Amino acid sequence: MNNELEVLEPGPLATVQDLGRPGLADIGVGMSGGADRGSLRLANQLVGNEEGAAAVEVTFGGFTARADEDLVVAITGAPCPITVDTRGGALNSAIRVPAGSVLRLGSPKSGMRSYVAVAGGIEVEPVLGSRSTDLLTGLGPPLLRAGTRLPLGAAPATQPSTGSVSIPPPPSDEVTLRVLPGPRLDWFEESALETLLTGDYRVTSESNRIGIRLDGPALARVREESLPNEGIVTGALHVPPSSRPTLFLADHPVIGGYPAIAVVVSADVDKAAQARPGLRLRFVAD
Amino acid sequence: MRLLRCADSGLLVEVDDVAEVRALHQALTDERPHGVIDFVPAPRTLLLLLDPRLTDVTEVERAVLSARFRSEEHGSAPEVVHVPVVYDGADLAAVARLTGLTENEVVAAHTSSEWTVGFDGFAPGFGYLSGGPEALTVPRRSEPRTRIPAGAVGLAGEYSGIYPRDSAGGWQLIGHTEMEIWHTDHNPPALLRPGVRVRFQEAA
Repeated sequence: MNNELEVLEPGPLATVQDLGRPGLADIGVGMSGGADRGSLRLANQLVGNEEGAAAVEVTFGGFTARADEDLVVAITGAPCPITVDTRGGALNSAIRVPAGSVLRLGSPKSGMRSYVAVAGGIEVEPVLGSRSTDLLTGLGPPLLRAGTRLPLGAAPATQPSTGSVSIPPPPSDEVTLRVLPGPRLDWFEESALETLLTGDYRVTSESNRIGIRLDGPALARVREESLPNEGIVTGALHVPPSSRPTLFLADHPVIGGYPAIAVVVSADVDKAAQARPGLRLRFVAD
Repeated sequence: MRLLRCADSGLLVEVDDVAEVRALHQALTDERPHGVIDFVPAPRTLLLLLDPRLTDVTEVERAVLSARFRSEEHGSAPEVVHVPVVYDGADLAAVARLTGLTENEVVAAHTSSEWTVGFDGFAPGFGYLSGGPEALTVPRRSEPRTRIPAGAVGLAGEYSGIYPRDSAGGWQLIGHTEMEIWHTDHNPPALLRPGVRVRFQEAA
């Protein structure tokens, strides 16, 4: 029988994520996948996996799991205290977890999503070519619960990385995101872009893998009619009738009827995915 | 045609109507520009999602501008799906009232036209069917339902649709079908993909 990882406590939210389901948007299936794709890729590289292997996306720490047999893991993303039984472990490095011992992630001091990659990858049954849980559509494996047993693939031939990677932790007070205006800037008052670029926007608690709802100065529209549904990109700042923007993340709907005033550049979407409620977002023109 | 950039991750191509969207989608699927990872058709736009590590928006714009497509060529998608419907929906009476038709006339109007899937969205496999009679244009319900069973057939705006799975929703329900229109183990998983034509038939 193959090795398994037993979830003892999932924390506030833990899901299986890989790089998602590209190519199915025309039948209404969104990309999904790790919200912070860079951290997911890094975790996989550190344990010697293919970069798109499935890992656990842990939200706000609190995740504990036990290995049936010896295994190698790597934890990236939001920096949380890591222990294996009583020993401490380092973020952004390969960590050995002996058979029977318990891996524990504490609460991160900043950021909100940590990734636990396991050598061999998590091999739950894929749905439409991906092992990602899409919280909008419910596709993919169920949310992890206490007692969930995650099947693991055979450990890769590649040796896990020996050093650790030094990455600055996500900021705890303010995040700056580069944006480009459009595609529907012309639906807004002329001053709206300036408002977006100078305003004080905060991440509200109504934020999840689908999107980040922001509070801040209103972005007034000049066109009041409804926009025909159109495709949405990850990172888009859509403005619903509340006039406060929503920043779309991995599980966003494929189409929507609200105009996007600007889009966060792809290189900064991972930073957005680490922005926790209460944090201030600043948008700058790229 | 208008090209609208979505930073470095997408290009929104705005055209005149859904037939043109379908033709462009077909042309670009046949000759997919390098680095384009997905297409999102909608009533008047086709969004191209790109991998910024493989291409940039300027290159994709060039590919779109040189794509050769004619919307009339795609007026005859080969596939016609016949969907048997029991017209027992909870909103059938309301739809009759809203349209000024009798319930039987609503059913006759729904079954007499050929519908075409314009685009999918809202939920996996939820096809927005257009091309039906104008008389059946109705607003969405003012109070959406929290639970609609899979197979429910509804109307909203100019569209008809079938709920692929149990979900919430605000469409006016006129009937239901036993036909399975979404299954993740099927290839393709969705029966109602853009371009597929649909004929509803009244089931006993």
